[in-house]
Amino acid sequence: MADKSKTTFKPENETQVVEAVQWALANETAMELTGTGSKQQIGNLTETGCGLDLSDLAGVLLYEPEELVMAAGVGSLLTDIEQELADKGQAFAFEPPNFSHLFGLDTQGTLGGMVASGFAGPRRVQAGGVRDHVLGVRAVSGRAEIFKTGGRVMKNVTGYDLPKILTGSWGTLAAMTSITFKVLPKPETEATLALIGLDNETAMKVMSKGLGAPVDVSAAAHVPGTRTLLRLEGLAPSVAARMESLKTLLAGGGEMEVLERDMSRDVWGKIRDVRLLGGKADHSDNAIWRLSVPPAQGAKVLADIEQSLKVNAFFDWGGGLIWLEVLDEDTACAAAIRGAVARFGGHATLIRAGEKSRAGAAVFQPQPAVLAALSARLKGSFDPKGILNPGRLYEQGQR
Amino acid sequence: MTTTQHTRVLREIYTINHGQNVDDGDLSHLTFQKGPVMSNLKLPDVNNLTLNNRDRIIADLKKICPGEAVITHEREMAAFESDGLTAYRQMPLVVVLPETVDQVSQVLKYCHDNEVRVVPRGAGTSLSGGALPLQDGVLLGMGKFNKILDIDYDNRCVVAEPGVTNLGISHAVDDHGFYYAPDPSSQIACSIGGNIAENSGGVHSLKYGLTTNNVLGLEVVLITGEVVEIGGKHMEAEGYDLLGLMTGSEGLLGVVTKVTVRILRKPETARALLIGFPSSEDAGQCVADVISNGIIAAGMEMMDKYAIHAAEDFVQAGYPLDVEALLIVELDGPEVEVDHLIDKVSDIAKANKAVSVVASTSEEERLNFWAGRKAAFPAVGRISPDYYCMDGTIPRRQLPKVLSRMAEMSRHYGLRVANVFHAGDGNMHPLILYDANVPGELEKTEEFGAEILKLCVEVGGVLTGEHGVGVEKRELMPVMFSEVDLEHQQRVKCVFDAKGLLNPGKVFPQLYNCAEMGRMHISGGKLPFPDIPRF
Repeated sequence: MADKSKTTFKPENETQVVEAVQWALANETAMELTGTGSKQQIGNLTETGCGLDLSDLAGVLLYEPEELVMAAGVGSLLTDIEQELADKGQAFAFEPPNFSHLFGLDTQGTLGGMVASGFAGPRRVQAGGVRDHVLGVRAVSGRAEIFKTGGRVMKNVTGYDLPKILTGSWGTLAAMTSITFKVLPKPETEATLALIGLDNETAMKVMSKGLGAPVDVSAAAHVPGTRTLLRLEGLAPSVAARMESLKTLLAGGGEMEVLERDMSRDVWGKIRDVRLLGGKADHSDNAIWRLSVPPAQGAKVLADIEQSLKVNAFFDWGGGLIWLEVLDEDTACAAAIRGAVARFGGHATLIRAGEKSRAGAAVFQPQPAVLAALSARLKGSFDPKGILNPGRLYEQGQR
Repeated sequence: MTTTQHTRVLREIYTINHGQNVDDGDLSHLTFQKGPVMSNLKLPDVNNLTLNNRDRIIADLKKICPGEAVITHEREMAAFESDGLTAYRQMPLVVVLPETVDQVSQVLKYCHDNEVRVVPRGAGTSLSGGALPLQDGVLLGMGKFNKILDIDYDNRCVVAEPGVTNLGISHAVDDHGFYYAPDPSSQIACSIGGNIAENSGGVHSLKYGLTTNNVLGLEVVLITGEVVEIGGKHMEAEGYDLLGLMTGSEGLLGVVTKVTVRILRKPETARALLIGFPSSEDAGQCVADVISNGIIAAGMEMMDKYAIHAAEDFVQAGYPLDVEALLIVELDGPEVEVDHLIDKVSDIAKANKAVSVVASTSEEERLNFWAGRKAAFPAVGRISPDYYCMDGTIPRRQLPKVLSRMAEMSRHYGLRVANVFHAGDGNMHPLILYDANVPGELEKTEEFGAEILKLCVEVGGVLTGEHGVGVEKRELMPVMFSEVDLEHQQRVKCVFDAKGLLNPGKVFPQLYNCAEMGRMHISGGKLPFPDIPRF
């Protein structure tokens, strides 16, 4: 889904990626990296002279289910990969979300986009994030050189862990061409315990209690004013036994109900893809923010923000992930949100905004000076001429 | 080095780091390389200016860290001349044991301003020589940073200073039924800061991850003396994943002064199976089938015949002696699930020709199953004058091929090898048995070891799964990485330490000049692109 108005390279193989980057270097033209464009509207606005569409680098290169490992081209559609995994009873453990509905799109993301953005879904609390499942990467840096890093085995400390630095780097360090990742068995079944009518502060305590109990809660979310949800997954008899333990543990806190498999899947799908907040079709350009905070402090962070802003919100990751839709129009909401995050720890990302506020506010949490300098030098080491997605993650003052 | 000397060194290291003595028993299961000084290690060229200025440097460091914190006498410095890879030794320029973050910051800034090299050290249990001193380098011992700063059950995390032991964290939260998941076999002694440096694993890493998957935040002092906070109690640190980059960077990028790790609730129950197979192929297939059946065991450990016999002779764990391969499979979780899976794994084992299958019925029995595995290294140490432990990881299905090639090599070199294997994640620990008193045997051992690691890479694996590259596997890096791959890594070093003062000579086969490597050569500007579709 590249911008049609500018020249776009659409390489069919890694060598062509190198050639495209060589061309960009020689012509001092910045490139915008894209897959299917499902997350193209996230991140700081960039000024680029050409596009690098990596969606043709698709296809599974290696899949060994009994080794829990798959490698695929970055352009591979997540839906295709997830289908191939599901055929062997496996999945990405971190439940990659699809935010396209927030942008009025119905686009399936790619493997490259998933890793470059690094967003994880509800199971993050139990299974870790995208970063925890990327084993190896092949990429072309801003020096127009192919390099590989990591490997295909689960346990590897050979050299710096560059797959982690590429994960969540928003295409600013290198154009990844293929990625090797760890997959896990898909849980046989699931059920969710829903507690009704808890206030936010109580909900944090309940989720904390659940996540700290030996019942292996795989997701915990709270939708203010409605329900607090704790999910159990695994073999059917195990889920049933743990559900009884969880109910006993949380008894006395009000009304409870159990959502069985299908309802549970449905509700967690909505939480994962942020369908609880207004899609672009229903609302205007209401800003949508994603906050990562210490889980037990989630309610306090929201209360702090609500002192100055009118918002719709819900919590995932046991309170550690807050999704906000700012309902006030034309408000300088960044200061209030960033202020709250600064008080309690964590960071905030502006996921959706009108073009004007996207240009006006830093999308990602501004860094302290020393970290900002490190980030700039890191960018410079991989991409000294600043041609790969310049400014998408941090300001491009520092080539 | 003899086993007795070896134990003595261990005890010294432990005593220095913890200020208390331990008896031999406490350390018997620790893994340490054995052997005398190895043959052909080259450390970076010594900076004579630094050596000549030693007195002044010592005086300046004493101003920053007063009292007993600066150690200058050879006799006292001797305890630091080596780490867990006792094969290599080097007396440092001076040892500094700071007590505060400010002191660490000032020491590093001083070294940066004066171009003095620094080698950070945790508990000194590295098996790859990661904390090997430099003759012209300050050895920065972090042992005094030994306090747990915060236990936060609501956020399920612990904030600790880097000198706290791995097991110390689990002990601190044990009362509440929590623990810290990564469990390297040196966990009684190794420090959490060292775990960060090496990205330590353990026997439960397939299910619970390595250090990197369990760290939430770090406070790091850069070589410039600047202090940075990365992450915290929240999940997903912001921006570039510096947390992931620092973890496993072997002390080359910064000095960790504070660590936030996540803690987990202990599983309700754990049971283990002890399974004997007529061949390692059968054992390997059993592991593959367990995983294909959607079962992620808490631990899956394999031992070959040699290791089984050595361990059984040593601790009498009740291992079957008439099998070629032994598998320990541990399952944890709620009782109903564990009981179900024990049956399922037993069936899978029997379908793979298992000749003996025993399931633990008590905690005592489960621990007994593990006792032999945990004592495997010292057990092998008892039957051979010296041994050398390797740490490659391979795709698991390559195990039969690797074992048979290793057997061929064993015959070729005339050296015996015992194998213990983290079967779940493919991390192997071949132990090469040798006698350093036999002329030439040490060199043969090193060569054999290098050949094993090259084989690991050849079959799609890596040089090191959890021990780190250090000085030990440095020269083998080009087997796995191209020059371009290594340059991309080295430039990251330059981002943090442009003067190359932090732990130089580790990880990479040669030192680079950062300015030289940062340059970029653009080839022309008229490249033709007939093949690239545009629109």
